Amino acid sequence: MKLHEYQAKELLARYGLPVPEGQVADSVEAGLAAADRLGYPVAIKAQVHAGGRGRGGGVRLARNRAEAEEALAAILGMTLRTRQTGEQGCRVRRVLVEQGVEIRHEFYLSILPDRASGAMMLIGSTRGGMNIEEVAAENPELITRIRIDPLAGLQPFQVRRLAFALALSDVQERSFFDLLVNLYRAATENDLLLVEINPLAFTAADRFLLLDAKVEVDSSSLFRHRDLAGLRDDADQDPLELEARKYNLNYIRLDGNIGNMVNGAGLAMATMDMIKRAGAAPANFLDVGGGANAVMIEHGFRILLADPRVRAILINIFGGILRCDVLARGVVEAARATEVNIPVVVRMEGTNVEQGRQILAESDLDLVTAVDLGDAARKIAAIAGEL
Amino acid sequence: MSIFIDRNTRLLVQGITGREGRFHADQCRRYGTRIVAGVTPGKGGSTVDGTPVFNTVADALRETGANTSLVLVPPPFAADAIMEAADAGIGLVVCITEGIPLMDMLKVRSFLRLTGCRLIGPNCPGIITPGVCKVGIMPGPIHTPGPVGVISRSGTLTYEVVHQLSGQGIGQSTCIGIGGDPVVGTSFIDCLRAFAHDPRTRGLVLVGEIGGSAEEEAARWIRDHLDIPVVGFIAGLTAPPGRRMGHAGAIVSGASGTATAKINAMRDCGIHVCEDLGDFGPFCARIFANLLLETGSG
Repeated sequence: MKLHEYQAKELLARYGLPVPEGQVADSVEAGLAAADRLGYPVAIKAQVHAGGRGRGGGVRLARNRAEAEEALAAILGMTLRTRQTGEQGCRVRRVLVEQGVEIRHEFYLSILPDRASGAMMLIGSTRGGMNIEEVAAENPELITRIRIDPLAGLQPFQVRRLAFALALSDVQERSFFDLLVNLYRAATENDLLLVEINPLAFTAADRFLLLDAKVEVDSSSLFRHRDLAGLRDDADQDPLELEARKYNLNYIRLDGNIGNMVNGAGLAMATMDMIKRAGAAPANFLDVGGGANAVMIEHGFRILLADPRVRAILINIFGGILRCDVLARGVVEAARATEVNIPVVVRMEGTNVEQGRQILAESDLDLVTAVDLGDAARKIAAIAGEL
Repeated sequence: MSIFIDRNTRLLVQGITGREGRFHADQCRRYGTRIVAGVTPGKGGSTVDGTPVFNTVADALRETGANTSLVLVPPPFAADAIMEAADAGIGLVVCITEGIPLMDMLKVRSFLRLTGCRLIGPNCPGIITPGVCKVGIMPGPIHTPGPVGVISRSGTLTYEVVHQLSGQGIGQSTCIGIGGDPVVGTSFIDCLRAFAHDPRTRGLVLVGEIGGSAEEEAARWIRDHLDIPVVGFIAGLTAPPGRRMGHAGAIVSGASGTATAKINAMRDCGIHVCEDLGDFGPFCARIFANLLLETGSG
C-alpha cells in the first residue's frame, strides 16, 4: 500500500526526522493561504501514487503569490501522466505546499527488505534527486548498499560505512547518525516495504531535510497498524478492482477482451499467458483463491461481466480445497442471476470434478465445457477468432 | 526415495483445532502420513480426531517424538509458530499460511539460521512424496510415485503440472511448493541440492513465475551441477509491470523479474522450457522418454 508524500512525511516526522514545513491543500484558495503562511518561495507538489511527478509537470516552484496561484491552478485537477501511471494517467486532487529551501547538496537514501538476501538493505548515493535506476545503470560505483541483519538491527559501523561512502563533512556526520537510526526505526516499526528519501537535502542552514519521501507499507501487516490502514487512498483505483477487494478477490484489470477466473495466482498468470498464446488478449487477472466458495465465484463472475470490454469468459479451476461441485454451483447461480450473453468456456479438474460437470450439464445454461487445458485454449482461440 | 519427507516423518500440526487445521490434518492422515500430535496453546490435553493436542511444541516433541511440523495458523501468529517449532528442535517446518508480514519473515529466516531447522514456505501448498507421505494441502490423488521431482513457487499451477505428468504416466519422487512470497525458507537451489543426492530422482520439473531472480539462479546451478533432464515452466509472460499478481512475490520491477528473462536464462542453461501449459504433459513425455523406458525396464 503506497502512501502519499504528505502522509509519508507526517509518519516520518513522528520519528523525529526533519521534513520541510508544509500543508496539504485541495483548492487554489487553501493552497494560497498555506503559501502565504509559509512565506515564499514555496514548492507545490501533486499528491498522487506515482513517481516521476516532476517530469510530468506535477511539481513547481513558486517565488511569489502570482506564481503560486498559477501553479496551483495548473496542478490541481490536472491528469498527470508519468512513466509510472501509464497512458490514462491519474487525476491530481491534492497538493502539498512546502516552504522552499536553499539546497547545498542532494543525497539519495532508502531502506527496504531485500528479497534475495532476506536482510534489510540500506542504500545511499551522492547522486540525490535523480532516478536511482538510472544512476545504478550509469554509475553503479556511486551507490552503496549495506545489508542489515533484521535481528541485530542497524549498527553504528554500518552508519559510519555509509557516511564515509557519501564523503560527509564533520558537520553533516553529526546529525547523520540520528537520522539513519530514526529512519531505520520508522521502516521496521511500520512494516515498510520501502522508504525512499530522494532527495535527502543538505541545506544552506547546515541541516538535513527530507525533501521527498516515498513510502510503501506491507499490506499484510495492516492488522497491527490500524493508523496506517486509515491512510489508504483508493481514488485512483479501478472501480472493479475496488469491488473485487470487498469480496477478497484478487483482481487486476488489463486491456484485452477475454475475461478469466482462476483459482490460485500462478495458475491465473499461466491462464492469461495461454489466452495470449491462443491469439487473444486477457481482460484481467482474477484469482479467486484456494478457499473460494460459491458466493465468491458468483461475485467474481459479476465483476468479469461488469467490464464492457469482455467479449468471452474462460473459467479455469483446479479443484483442491475449492471443490468442483462448489465452483459449478457458483457459476450456475451467477449465470442465472446475470443473464450472460457472451460465450463462457469452463474447464475444471480435480476434487469432485464429475459432480461439477454434472451440475453444469444439468443447468440448461449455454456453457462450453473443455476437457483439459489444451482443449480450453483451442476453444478460446476459436471464439476469439470470431469476435 | 524422496527428499525432506519419507516413511520416518512424524508429523505435528500447529493449529490443528482450527477448521482448516483439522480438515487438512485429516486429509494428510488419510493419505498415509503419520500424524503424532497437534499444538494449540490453551487446548493441551484434548484430542482432535484421535490425535493428542499439546500446549507447546516442546511438550509435543517430548511426548511424541515429532520431527516435522505443518503450520496452519493465521498470519499474525504464523512467524511465532515457526520459531517455536524451530526452537523446540523440529527439523522441518512446512508453513502453508499466506499473508505473513515480510518483516516477520526476515526475522524468522535469521532465527532459523541459529537452529538448523529447515522451513518450507510460507504461502505454499506443502510437500508430498507420492504414495508415502503428504505434508500440505495439495489434493493427494493427482500424484503418482515415480522418478521426476517437482519444485514450484505456486499452488494450483503445481497441481496442474502434476496432473498432466501423472496423465502421461510420469510419476513423481517428491513435489515441493516453495511458496509465492518474496522471502521463503527453502529456495529452488536448496531443493535442487537435495534432489541431486536422491538417486531415485532422475528428472526434474521447475515451475517458476515472475518476480525476483530465483529461477535464474536455479538455472545456473542446474547447468553447473546436474546432468539429469530438467523441464521448466514460467508463468506471467502477460503480467503488467509494477503490479503484484496475487502472490506477494510475483511482481515485475523495472526490467528485473520478467518471465522472458527467466525463460531465456533457463534455455541458456540447457533447461527444456515449455511455453504452452496446455501441452505440458506431452512435452514432458518427450523430454523424459528415456527415463520412462529405463524405469519400465528396470
